[in-house]
Amino acid sequence: MTAGLTTKKRVRGGVGESPQRIDGIPKVTGNFAYASDLYATGMLWGATLRSPHPHARIVKLDTSPALAIGGVVTVLTQDDVPGRDGFGMHVPDQPVFAYGECNYWGEPIAVVVASDLPTAKLGVEAIDIEYELLEPLTDMEEADRLDSQTRRMKIRRGDLTVSGEVVAEGYYEVGQQDQAPLGNEAGLAIPDGEGGVDLFAVSQWVHSDHMQIFPCLDLEPEQVRCHPVGMGGAFGAREDVSMHIHLCLAALRTGRPVKMVYDRAESFVGHVHRHPARMWYRHEADRSGKLVKVEARVILDGGAYESSSNAVIANAAYFAVGPYKCDNVSVDAVVVRTNNPPAGAMRGFGGVQTAYAHEAQMDLLGAEVGLEPLQIRRINALGSGDQMNTSGQLIEGPLPTTELIDELAAMPLAGPLDSTDPRHLPGGTGLTTDPRHVRRGIGYGVTIKNLAFSEAFDDYTDVRIVLTPMGVEVHTAACEVGQGMVTVIQQLAREVLQIEQVAVVWADTSEIGSAGSTSASRQSQMTGGATYQCAVELRDQILSEYGGDELTGDGIWKDGQLVVTLAEVCALRPPTHELRYRHPETFVTDENGQGSPHPAWAVAAHRAVVDVDPELGLIKVVQIDAVHDVGRLLNPVAALGQVEGGTAQGIGLATLEELVVVDGVIKNANFTDYLLPTFLDMPHVEVRWVEEPERWGPLGAKGIGEPPTISSGPAVAAAIRDAVGRHLHRVPVLPQHIVGV
Amino acid sequence: MIVTFTVNGESRVANVAGDESLLTVLREQLGLPGSKNACEQGECGSCSVIMDGALVTSCLVMAADCEGSDVTTVEGIGNDRELNAIQQALLDHGAVQCGFCTPGFVVAATHLFDYNPHPTSDEIKEALSGNICRCTGYGAILRGLEELAEGSA
Repeated sequence: MTAGLTTKKRVRGGVGESPQRIDGIPKVTGNFAYASDLYATGMLWGATLRSPHPHARIVKLDTSPALAIGGVVTVLTQDDVPGRDGFGMHVPDQPVFAYGECNYWGEPIAVVVASDLPTAKLGVEAIDIEYELLEPLTDMEEADRLDSQTRRMKIRRGDLTVSGEVVAEGYYEVGQQDQAPLGNEAGLAIPDGEGGVDLFAVSQWVHSDHMQIFPCLDLEPEQVRCHPVGMGGAFGAREDVSMHIHLCLAALRTGRPVKMVYDRAESFVGHVHRHPARMWYRHEADRSGKLVKVEARVILDGGAYESSSNAVIANAAYFAVGPYKCDNVSVDAVVVRTNNPPAGAMRGFGGVQTAYAHEAQMDLLGAEVGLEPLQIRRINALGSGDQMNTSGQLIEGPLPTTELIDELAAMPLAGPLDSTDPRHLPGGTGLTTDPRHVRRGIGYGVTIKNLAFSEAFDDYTDVRIVLTPMGVEVHTAACEVGQGMVTVIQQLAREVLQIEQVAVVWADTSEIGSAGSTSASRQSQMTGGATYQCAVELRDQILSEYGGDELTGDGIWKDGQLVVTLAEVCALRPPTHELRYRHPETFVTDENGQGSPHPAWAVAAHRAVVDVDPELGLIKVVQIDAVHDVGRLLNPVAALGQVEGGTAQGIGLATLEELVVVDGVIKNANFTDYLLPTFLDMPHVEVRWVEEPERWGPLGAKGIGEPPTISSGPAVAAAIRDAVGRHLHRVPVLPQHIVGV
Repeated sequence: MIVTFTVNGESRVANVAGDESLLTVLREQLGLPGSKNACEQGECGSCSVIMDGALVTSCLVMAADCEGSDVTTVEGIGNDRELNAIQQALLDHGAVQCGFCTPGFVVAATHLFDYNPHPTSDEIKEALSGNICRCTGYGAILRGLEELAEGSA
């Protein structure tokens, strides 16, 4: 390549296309290395002793019988934690190992490190431990009465003495959902021989792990390095520390690499779950159906430790009314502390629970005033320039609720039931469903979610872009959990730099600053925004240095002539630029929840068509139609995958998925009894996009990870109600709720 | 116990404990981590392999029962330089997100297309209903395999 070239190539794989994922080939061939596939020479295995009681006092703990087993190298308990005794996303309230008391079923008490996994498990069995049973606190309303809480949220807006002529009241419950990522928790810790440790463990946010780990190890921050790794999904389950500190302690103690992998049963107690909810609602409207006042009381069960409950309850409260205008709002929301399994992040993060309630309430109101579901939603639709119904925050960016509703109304409805093929009936090939009795229902869900972190959290993401003769390197600690962020980063860098070859380089916590969490629908906007901005600044610096007017993979151009090649630009030193990207500032609200807590929102609208066998209580979701507020569509295939996958998780919570917790004990911690949607449970999902660019983020793109999980479930629940004509107040809707209609 | 069996066309020998599954032996002894351990109950299909012509979940097969068997894992189906048609179809349609279920889907779909090269949409769904995917909602997997079913000779 020489200067003087006059023909420019437009780069492939930029914004708006759907290029193949970088990790696609290794994933289809089985060569992709997940955390559970990592090996190191001389590595040991760890296994965890967990509490068999939801609340108990440890009266005896003798690890010597485990140490007597050949192959057992060491046993770790809280006595072996040299630094701070606990960890936590928000406050370090969870002990590294339970000591004194166990506060939930499955809480870690000790880790046995051995030459192989079966021996480590034998060691766990051998530990001599005795408990004195204590009464567990497992009812969320009792916990509320006892003021056993992590955070109370009070929202008071407008004049709460006003009343409307039309009233809808309802009580709602949401069961506890598990993220159930296919890849279980796994990790490998490798001592560095100088007193420090490198950790390769599942994570949605390595810098948050790092901040929680090193104080417990009593090490300097730079002595602990957390590396992004290959992960089999996350959905919130990887935002908290699980085995991380145990692994580091084990590696430092033994001086050898140590690996841990939870099996499925252990995974069910090894990560936090979605908060189960109870909700009491009263909506008042005028005769035309316009909201006058909404009052809500919400309890979420946070389980034994805080995790991210303080932020989950904020979302539940701020989005308690949905995307509807209302000037008079009262919300009392509390997340309580019990001896149930700890709850924390899961896709939708507090918005999922209250969405079930506010959407059922809108249907009740619509029925009262004689409006169809989409009509009652449309006349109340919240939009740009309005004030958020709960916080009073001015909505400065786009919020196309009305456009979504109109687009959804225009989508064609699913056709009639094909009763000749039992595979299309609720009962499936068991030939159990009598097609003459099948009832069809249609329901809607229109919901709102904040994007990125809120309430004055210093939410930022660091990236570094390096230009080399081989192409572009984007260095980031952002965790790819499967959603395809790596591809979006490539596309944005290509779009700006017009260089096709873009490598995304995973950097550990010592090599680059935080990218923030892969959660809150934030990475396309935050790490994507950082990549875009960093690429623009790097490009402009180089062009300015060489007096050029355009950069491509060939080099720098001026007036249509190549003036210097990329190799020449990179010859002295690879041009490098690093940038910290922040979204607009957010604020803590006042004692009435009033203020500007959120940087942006996305709305979503779903329509569900279901067929129900009322005799057997079986449900078949026939079709889902969805419209999403994406700001700018960066990668159509990836965005569609987020909507389809998020919808599946919404259908799961609406019809199948619930952790059955009895007296603090999970009764179905396995995939035989915790039911996930299969191929046969998923209908066709038809998706439309509304593109109104956001004020910030790359080219106005909005996050798309969580919205489909929030709006799909309420639509399905509404469709089932429509089919059976009963006010079903609880999800998942199970056969026993339907039969006998 | 010494077990000799064929894996991906090669004769392999494993020294297996009485309660070890085929999945454990493939992953921990034979250097074939492509088959994934996600539930160990035969519910999710992530560890699917073809054993003597039958699609099985290798977590539920005792390694000791594999003497003389012929096993094909995802590693025996295609490689990074030469994908098979199923792998290519899944890639082309964005059917891979986290990818943990993908090897199981590749094996199960390969088995389906081996005996039914033109499956209908309902046949694809039914044949793959033993494989759980938590990321994609199955839509992209279906689109990829539908196109393959229509196009393949």
